[in-house]
Amino acid sequence: MALLRVTSPHAHGPMSTPKVMRQVLLATLPGVLVLTHFFGFGTLVNILWGGLLAVALESLALKLRGRSPGFYLKDCSALVTAVLLGIALPPYAPWWLVAVGIASAILLAKHLYGGLGYNPFNPAMVGYVVLLISFPVQMTAWAPPRGVGEVPGLLEALLACFAPASYDGVTQATPLDVLKQNNSLLIGDLWKDNPLFGRWGGAGWEWANIAFLAGGLWLLYRRIFTWHAPVAFLAALALMAALIYDGGSSASGGSPLFHLLSGATMFGAFFIVTDPVTSAVSVRGRLVYGALIGLLVYVIRVWGNYPDAVAFAVLIMNFAAPFIDHYTQPRTYGHKTGGTR
Amino acid sequence: MATANFRELSLNGLWKNNPAIVQLLGLCPLLAVTGSVVNALGLAAATTLVLLCSNTAVSVIRNIVSDAVRLPVFVMIIAAAVTCIELLMQAFAYELYQILGIFLPLITTNCVILGRADAFASKNPLPLAMFDGLMMGLGFGVILVLLGAIRELVGTGALFANMDLLFGPGAADWKLVLVADYQAFLLAVLPPGAFIFTGLIIAGKNLIDGEIKRRQDARKAKPVKGSKRVRVTGTIS
Repeated sequence: MALLRVTSPHAHGPMSTPKVMRQVLLATLPGVLVLTHFFGFGTLVNILWGGLLAVALESLALKLRGRSPGFYLKDCSALVTAVLLGIALPPYAPWWLVAVGIASAILLAKHLYGGLGYNPFNPAMVGYVVLLISFPVQMTAWAPPRGVGEVPGLLEALLACFAPASYDGVTQATPLDVLKQNNSLLIGDLWKDNPLFGRWGGAGWEWANIAFLAGGLWLLYRRIFTWHAPVAFLAALALMAALIYDGGSSASGGSPLFHLLSGATMFGAFFIVTDPVTSAVSVRGRLVYGALIGLLVYVIRVWGNYPDAVAFAVLIMNFAAPFIDHYTQPRTYGHKTGGTR
Repeated sequence: MATANFRELSLNGLWKNNPAIVQLLGLCPLLAVTGSVVNALGLAAATTLVLLCSNTAVSVIRNIVSDAVRLPVFVMIIAAAVTCIELLMQAFAYELYQILGIFLPLITTNCVILGRADAFASKNPLPLAMFDGLMMGLGFGVILVLLGAIRELVGTGALFANMDLLFGPGAADWKLVLVADYQAFLLAVLPPGAFIFTGLIIAGKNLIDGEIKRRQDARKAKPVKGSKRVRVTGTIS
């Protein structure tokens, strides 16, 4: 029998951790479907294999820590981590890549720090960055989207995951990467010659971003999180792009719309930046937190060494979240200034 | 410390007061150069030798140096020892000397060495001071080599690569490939890996200490004869 210590507030809202997590899972669905449509079954295989591992490792960690796996697994947080990481990983990743990522996320980033609610860093992003630093070749091998190259079938996706030696996949640079590598062209020429670019962003990528935006808006409507952090993130990214973009040359980093609909922008804005555990908690704090992530994403994308930067930016700002909270505590009614100053 | 004996000194240096994982001193070289066994072994040997020399010299002069100037004198002694070791490595293991680079001269500023000179060697007779230097050096070195081995194994799937840098051409084929076709795990070789594995080693040591303490407590708490009463407060006498 689990004896739970119940502290105030005793009047509960309708939301509990399992419910929130299940809705987040549901909200990733449109994005996952669009990714599957454009890139084939790779993402789904990543998610399923990762989810299996995540649940297994979570049970193991809970068991070692003397917690009840049956009770804590129900909060679905391990599944959410696996789904987020599975979406972030390139499709057709080999099984061990997913395994190392999930193990880093669940064991290193989550349970070594004390489990859900105590982790200072977003577990999925820790898993992603561990992989990106350790295996740059596999982590930058994105398949070409439908319409640009052949999209492998389900069998090939399984083969790519579980028998990587026998799978010969086609990979290609992502639009963000192409833009980064070509900095002495006109954007118009780059667009015309390269089928990777779509209407506003990358072909396929723009629709995935719009789908994640739709999922995120639904979560916003369900009041899973507030609008502050994602809006600040998107606004800062767009503002930076608008300031630097000169309308034509590829060295100036692409238009605001391109940045909003490329790479992991929308996925990051609504599913990573909004993580309730690792982000800032006060209202003003969330605005600062989101805006600084947007700024960092732009800086690393355009002037840094990596084509996309949501994971790095989020981890850096996870560091800063307690600091931001310290300086943005809301004013208590009847007091002149907020917090401990 | 006046009653310190050799047994206690070795226990302190190797386990109870290990400079690397209990005092957490000398972390800079510990984290920076333990990417492989050979690097770790080279630095461990150099540090141990310097510790031995500096403790010896400090203990010899401990009664003729006044307290006011003792730290500069200690630093001079340590720097002299480091310079000797550096020249020796330059002569006999030049490639390793180049790999270790700035971390060899930086042994001068390693807190373990100045710490032992000031805390122990300057207050104790020669044999004890020498032995303490040796044990502290070994304790530091064991952790360096352990960390180097873990990082090399996880990072590259092999052990003892490039040992010829330290032991001459005869050691060139000491490399043990434990996992063939291993996909290099760069994180383990890069600095973050050093932090993660150092943390795990410390956690492992605490785990063992906890287990030892638990067993000792279990041995101490002998069953009480006769009385079977349940008592909530106090101890049963």
